[in-house]
Amino acid sequence: MNAGKNRDLEDLYQETILDHNRHPSNFRPMVDATRSVEADNPLCGDRLQLFLKIDGDRIADISFVGSGCAISVASASMMTERLKGATLAEAEGLFEAVHAVLTGGLAQAHAPQLGNLEALAGVRRYPMRVKCATLSWHALKAALRDGAAGQVSTE
Amino acid sequence: MSPAADETASFVRPHPTHWDLESIRRDFPVLHQSVHGSPLAYLDNAATSQKPDAVIEAVASFYRRDNANVHRAVHTLAERATEAYEGARERVRRFINAESVGEIVFLRGTTEAINLAAHGLGQGLRAGDRVVLTAMEHHANIVPWQLLRERAGIEIAVIPVRPDGELDLSGLEALLDQRTRLVALTHVSNVLGTVNPVGEVVRIAHARSIPVLIDGAQALPHGRVDVQALDCDFYCFSGHKMFGPTGIGVLYGKADRLAALPPWQGGGEMIRRVTFEHTRYADPPQRFEAGTPNIAGAVGLAAAIDYLEGLDARAMIRHEQGLLRHATARLKEIPGLRIYGEARHKAPVISFLVDGVHAHDLGTLLDRKGVAVRTGHHCAMPLMDYFGVPATTRASLAFYNTLDEVDRLADGIRYAQEVLA
Repeated sequence: MNAGKNRDLEDLYQETILDHNRHPSNFRPMVDATRSVEADNPLCGDRLQLFLKIDGDRIADISFVGSGCAISVASASMMTERLKGATLAEAEGLFEAVHAVLTGGLAQAHAPQLGNLEALAGVRRYPMRVKCATLSWHALKAALRDGAAGQVSTE
Repeated sequence: MSPAADETASFVRPHPTHWDLESIRRDFPVLHQSVHGSPLAYLDNAATSQKPDAVIEAVASFYRRDNANVHRAVHTLAERATEAYEGARERVRRFINAESVGEIVFLRGTTEAINLAAHGLGQGLRAGDRVVLTAMEHHANIVPWQLLRERAGIEIAVIPVRPDGELDLSGLEALLDQRTRLVALTHVSNVLGTVNPVGEVVRIAHARSIPVLIDGAQALPHGRVDVQALDCDFYCFSGHKMFGPTGIGVLYGKADRLAALPPWQGGGEMIRRVTFEHTRYADPPQRFEAGTPNIAGAVGLAAAIDYLEGLDARAMIRHEQGLLRHATARLKEIPGLRIYGEARHKAPVISFLVDGVHAHDLGTLLDRKGVAVRTGHHCAMPLMDYFGVPATTRASLAFYNTLDEVDRLADGIRYAQEVLA
């Protein structure tokens, strides 16, 4: 059996997502973080902690630790890759775009600023899995909004 | 449940006969469909079971021909509806061998039944009184007691679980002190499949005059229960887990136990005489059935009981235990797979984790192969915490499942391992 032969599954478990799940980027704790947020989804037991080091209006460093399904780990991994070095305004903008795509707010699963995050768009067809993909993004939103430390929960 | 699992299981047809699986599967229309291009393998029976035509037809036929409210008007349809509803109560009484129909309260399900018991018993409890639960309870048999703890200051003590998924009863007698007012435990674990020695718990508790409530939601789909032989004080179950409709369930309570419970919801049906100065309440079971009940649900539940009793119980258990053995063996062959719950007496329920494969990914990937399982905490978070796992995958089997479906589960798990490796 080969996942590549199954078109439906390709939508959700794209190679990009599988790769990020196998080898997540920025998967490490950060001792000098200026903000950190714990996020969990009690319904599925996914848990992650997001760390940000903010320097002026830029995200100088961003990382995460935790455990979750392939979708939540890949989503967090890709998010950290995209946001390292981004401004806070860019991060806000990206959150809105990703959130819209994942929850079906955008008519098409395409927004120019998404880049490889488009790989997450397949989750739209799996309503029960959307929360997996948005977990790290809600942590980001809380970190940008609430300051030093916080806690979010999606279910 | 195997016959040896619990001395309270009894069987209406002792003679072994052939288990005609194909013919039984034809009774369940929902099983015959494709999901994502594969035949449906429905292995989520502990969440809810599928319904035979006999149940679907009984509900439809009630609405087509007999629908009216119960216990009120004198017209023909009202009489038929009342007869059907009270007939269902008598059907349930016979099924679990309760002494009288007054001991059978129709409610929405097991959750509501336990809430009613907790509410009613709670009226007589004071701060410091103790209720004993087990570590493998469904949230439905935890949270109602916690609400009572908040309201009345009672204490909750917990019988621990052993690593193999059996209850550790060694400390039970020490928990049953003078302040202990109730033991409430599940007959069969919805996560581990463990069949608990409820008869033994009842004997130990009764030796100290402590009543016992049993959550039977996962037991009745797999065997018969005789509440008089079991001698429990309360027994709760849901229609939808035992091939009946959703929204109907039962609280069985010994007559004197129910009589001691105050009303919990007020309204029609539950009264004898109402004036603005004073209302006299009806006796059980009507006292606890305020408002128009789920009449069609009760009719469907009775049809499900008829269906179950038409099956050969011994052959059913033999088939289910064969499925369980096969599933356990096939899953154990899979590298990195760990089964949670290996009690000696198990219902055909298997929870497991696979290294490197998160339960939710596995659930989605199995679904794409037509295999329906449950993933998550199964409404038993304290049990998940005990095993130190956030979520498991659970395959729960019913008498209509096949060995081939079990093989497809095992193949699907290996497929998920390939995809995510």
